[in-house]
Amino acid sequence: MAQDSGTRTLISHSQLSRGRGKVIYWTLLVVVVAGFTLVFLGPLYWMVTGALKSGQEIAQTPPSLFPKDPQPQNYIDAWNNLALAKLLFNTFYYAIGAVLFQLVFDSAAAYSLSKLRPMFGNVILALMLGTLMIPAMVLIVPQYVTVLDLPILHINLLDSPFAIWLPMVANAFNIFLLKRFFDSIPEELMAAALMDGASSLRTLWSIILPLSRPILGVVSIFAVTAVWKDFLWPKLVMPSPETRTVSVGIYTFAGGTPMNVVIAASVIAAIPTVIIFLIFQRNIMSGLTTGSIKG
Amino acid sequence: MAITTVPETTRKPGRPPSPYSARPQRTSLGRKVRDNLTGHAFLIGAVLCFVVFSWYPMVRGIIMSFQRTRRGETTWVGWDNYSRIIADPSFWTAWQNTFYFTALALVLGYAVPFFVAILLNEFRHAKGYLRILVYLPVMLPPASALFLFKFYAYDPSEAGLFNAILKALHLPTSQWMQSPEMTMPAMVVASTWMNMGGAVLIYLASLQNIPGELYEAAELDGAGIWRRIRHVTIPQTRLILALLAMLQIVATMQLFIEPLILANGAGAEDSATSVAYLIYQHGFFQNDLNGAAALGVIMLVVLAGFSAVYVRLTAKQD
Repeated sequence: MAQDSGTRTLISHSQLSRGRGKVIYWTLLVVVVAGFTLVFLGPLYWMVTGALKSGQEIAQTPPSLFPKDPQPQNYIDAWNNLALAKLLFNTFYYAIGAVLFQLVFDSAAAYSLSKLRPMFGNVILALMLGTLMIPAMVLIVPQYVTVLDLPILHINLLDSPFAIWLPMVANAFNIFLLKRFFDSIPEELMAAALMDGASSLRTLWSIILPLSRPILGVVSIFAVTAVWKDFLWPKLVMPSPETRTVSVGIYTFAGGTPMNVVIAASVIAAIPTVIIFLIFQRNIMSGLTTGSIKG
Repeated sequence: MAITTVPETTRKPGRPPSPYSARPQRTSLGRKVRDNLTGHAFLIGAVLCFVVFSWYPMVRGIIMSFQRTRRGETTWVGWDNYSRIIADPSFWTAWQNTFYFTALALVLGYAVPFFVAILLNEFRHAKGYLRILVYLPVMLPPASALFLFKFYAYDPSEAGLFNAILKALHLPTSQWMQSPEMTMPAMVVASTWMNMGGAVLIYLASLQNIPGELYEAAELDGAGIWRRIRHVTIPQTRLILALLAMLQIVATMQLFIEPLILANGAGAEDSATSVAYLIYQHGFFQNDLNGAAALGVIMLVVLAGFSAVYVRLTAKQD
């Protein structure tokens, strides 16, 4: 997937690098870069600076481009009044746990389906992939009832982080991603390990997982962002103020809080995922496309 | 060694034999049982999570939709939940709104990313930057992004961003979420902005797989840009196009957080109520989990209908 390789696309290179084509190309490029910056970065600028405006300045027409009298106090108010430290900590805690649970259970399952291939493995894989067709909203009620009273064990998981961690393990897309990657690891390596007398666990730990770092990274990033972005499920299963996630917390406070403070809190809530994206954007984009294209 | 004696041709394509299956045939029964047990031991954690949080709730949702639980007592009530939920005055409005949103999102959220991807694929500069920009909103927590739209963009006064722009262009301003006609288009714009990045990246990747010779041949035959898109680009990406259309329909039919945050749930004159929001209302506010489960089953049936159409259409093309 070379970025600027010489592969021919819709319009040929030569047409774009000569005469009229060149002029059109550069005009279009400048327009698109400017337009995209405005459309996708503009709102974020508006959000960060809007949260710095006073209540009066927000209500003024026409809106000002720069805050005249920046009020960093809005961010401080958001941090203190909404107890953002606690909310961010909760979300972070759920995200890290979700990563660990997914890495352990999903890579073990993918390893089994890819390399050990026990009886009925394909049936199990098909049943797992089938859940991708079931919309989350259809399951929300029975899932909620299940979390209230786990079958057989009769445990109530409400307000327990397991209510977020365990359902995250049931993620067919990640198992599929991991299995595809494990499939590409040569069987000869497995056979060699087997002959050296390594157990299955040992093979997974010392051969498969070290080779799979890129895909494990992708799965981890997906897990973190999924937990960070999720709204309805954590809203239902984490009802106490002490266990809320950051999105749910902001939503709960939005009614009785000045809107510039709500926006300031929204900015703070968005910072972690934006940073993760800027650091790992290559991994995220490659994971996104390999998972869908070849599937 | 057995491995070397297996002729290449007996291997299934794309699926090299497992070292276990390639072992000499005389492996004992005990060995086979043990290998299978090991395999299942590695699966058990994930399978249990699927059982408890996916497969069982699926069945339970259907069972619940024919039951009623009152004061801890559960009884079978036949189709009562269904008739009650259909009699809800918001039921048909919710379906109408949801279909309207899905249709609008198909026009905007489906066609736009495809053409954006075609455009980006032609550029030989600033590609990385543009890709990051398109995907950036996908990384924002939806609640954060929607509060931005609600308070700053869709402010019905002229202090709102969109109204300020419209006014500067001497166009009529809008009441946005307070006007029943604008509610859905406004929600589609917000939703497309938040979600289109994923589709753009997937299209970009599939565009890069189109062999350049096809374009060359089409050009030699005198096909202009539009005809090349119609006769090369679209046929070459049709599987991904069909898949994403399906995924998008499933995703947009579950419209929930947009009405909840932008329109406080129902919106002006019920113009924002969606089916998913109705499920939420019945299940968690009207204390009617059975009715909500019934609505969930109805939604599943409708989406299964869409999937069946999708499977038929894609099967025909091959």
